[in-house]
Amino acid sequence: MLYELWILAISSLVAATCGIVGTFLVLRRIAMVADAISHTVLLGIVGAFLVSQTLEGPLMLIGAAVVGLATTYFIQVLDNAGVPADAAIGVVFTSLFSVGVILVSLYARDVHLDVDHVLMGDISFAPFHTIEWNGIPMGPQAFWVILAVFIIDLALILLLYKEFKITSFDPALAAALGIPVTLIHYLLMTMVSITAVASFDAVGAILVVALLIVPPATAYLLTEKLSRMIIVSALTGVAAAVTGYYTAKYFNVSIAGCIASAAGALFLIAFLFSPSQGILLRGRQRKKAAAPASS
Amino acid sequence: MSEAVRVENITAAYRKEPVLRNVSFALPQGRLIGIVGPNGAGKSTLLKAVLELIPKSSGNVEILGSSVRSQKKNIGYVPQRGNVDWDFPTNALDVVMMGRYAQIGWLKRPSKKDKALAVEALERVGMKEYADRQISQLSGGQQQRVFLARALIQDAQVYFMDEPFAGVDATTERAIIDLLKELKEKGKTVIVVHHDLQTVTEYFDWVLLLNQRLIACGPVEQTFTSELLQKTYGGRLSFIQQENLKI
Repeated sequence: MLYELWILAISSLVAATCGIVGTFLVLRRIAMVADAISHTVLLGIVGAFLVSQTLEGPLMLIGAAVVGLATTYFIQVLDNAGVPADAAIGVVFTSLFSVGVILVSLYARDVHLDVDHVLMGDISFAPFHTIEWNGIPMGPQAFWVILAVFIIDLALILLLYKEFKITSFDPALAAALGIPVTLIHYLLMTMVSITAVASFDAVGAILVVALLIVPPATAYLLTEKLSRMIIVSALTGVAAAVTGYYTAKYFNVSIAGCIASAAGALFLIAFLFSPSQGILLRGRQRKKAAAPASS
Repeated sequence: MSEAVRVENITAAYRKEPVLRNVSFALPQGRLIGIVGPNGAGKSTLLKAVLELIPKSSGNVEILGSSVRSQKKNIGYVPQRGNVDWDFPTNALDVVMMGRYAQIGWLKRPSKKDKALAVEALERVGMKEYADRQISQLSGGQQQRVFLARALIQDAQVYFMDEPFAGVDATTERAIIDLLKELKEKGKTVIVVHHDLQTVTEYFDWVLLLNQRLIACGPVEQTFTSELLQKTYGGRLSFIQQENLKI
């Protein structure tokens, strides 16, 4: 029972965190950068492991942040040099990830860090990896890591809400107003990086992309206000986590796979039935909207 | 009185391909100024280079006698409407409010006063009743008015507008030009990237002719001549003349 609660708590927090940060990735149309970062942070994890010889603590988050920023920077450099943006992402992402894979196979063979685990994640073991504080059992480490990242992400978005908003909607105006567009961009990429690492244990690198992109894309179809999009995105993620977990339990299959599938199913429902943008109701709504828009 | 804008020798490149070559000019204050030239002449690039939104490979820009950075408060910018995602989850009032984000400052939220100013700006462009409307539900002309309201709320001295008349209906075009003339009456400088040669003499009192290099810059009567237009548009002017321009 307690085991189940921890799994639900961890996966819900992961989903909510990804949903919040992912909202800005979807709005900025850089969803695929998330894909790149979620893979290249492997290099950061291995780097942190080589330095500290453990897989614990804030060092992993720092390693991920560094490599995440490097990924963003290299993509930008190639893009500026005239390499098409999608090709730039492909080149940087596979290069850094492959270095990470080699380093894992070289040095980290004997620890709980293998490529399968990084790619697929395995939340079913997360509750067993617990920590203590002054002799008091504190529960699973994964929970505290993702909670910390959730708080960091949420605090930054609340504090810099209007800066995130304007740089996502109209970066040219933001720059003209003197708002540091590039700095905000790199801050967001740092948030994506630490979110990806903190989510690894639960869902793995591939499915973290599903949680970063699919719930925000769902919320995009359902809402007309940024604050509401963020909330709906987080809640959609949590709904996917909970239904995904119980589906996985019922059929005795991969939890991460079921969570991502549940997110996909929720998106499909929104895509078909969204009052403003769903393909089934859209025609009617557009006609209604067009009427007063003629002045 | 110092000039509104002084540009010395700017060269700007896009992916190593120079778009602007050694452009120098000075624009006076309190005028309505059109930037005119063929497609690919670098008109938008010129605005962006002047505002330091894109790196320029050389040159110097002064606005109201000092650096762009120190004059941010006095600069209003209206980017091309097509550059933003109009499906973004926000409403007209919020977009207008963005014009005040710099004044509001870091870590703070828009106040009641900011909101009142945004409503007032929407009223000036005849869009008050659309304040709560999601921006994707606005027509092209209405979206452009929202952008203009956002510039008004900045309460700037020098405005840079990138094709504000592109894709708007005749009523909106009229409303926009009336507003720009009103700004001019108040002593503001308004610099507009413009496409339609037919309306240049009617709308502007200064014009800057551009085709990667500066062709001419001065009062409309002396600058908007068939000879200089020929120079700006090259072979394409025969086509323009057929449209019986009122030059």
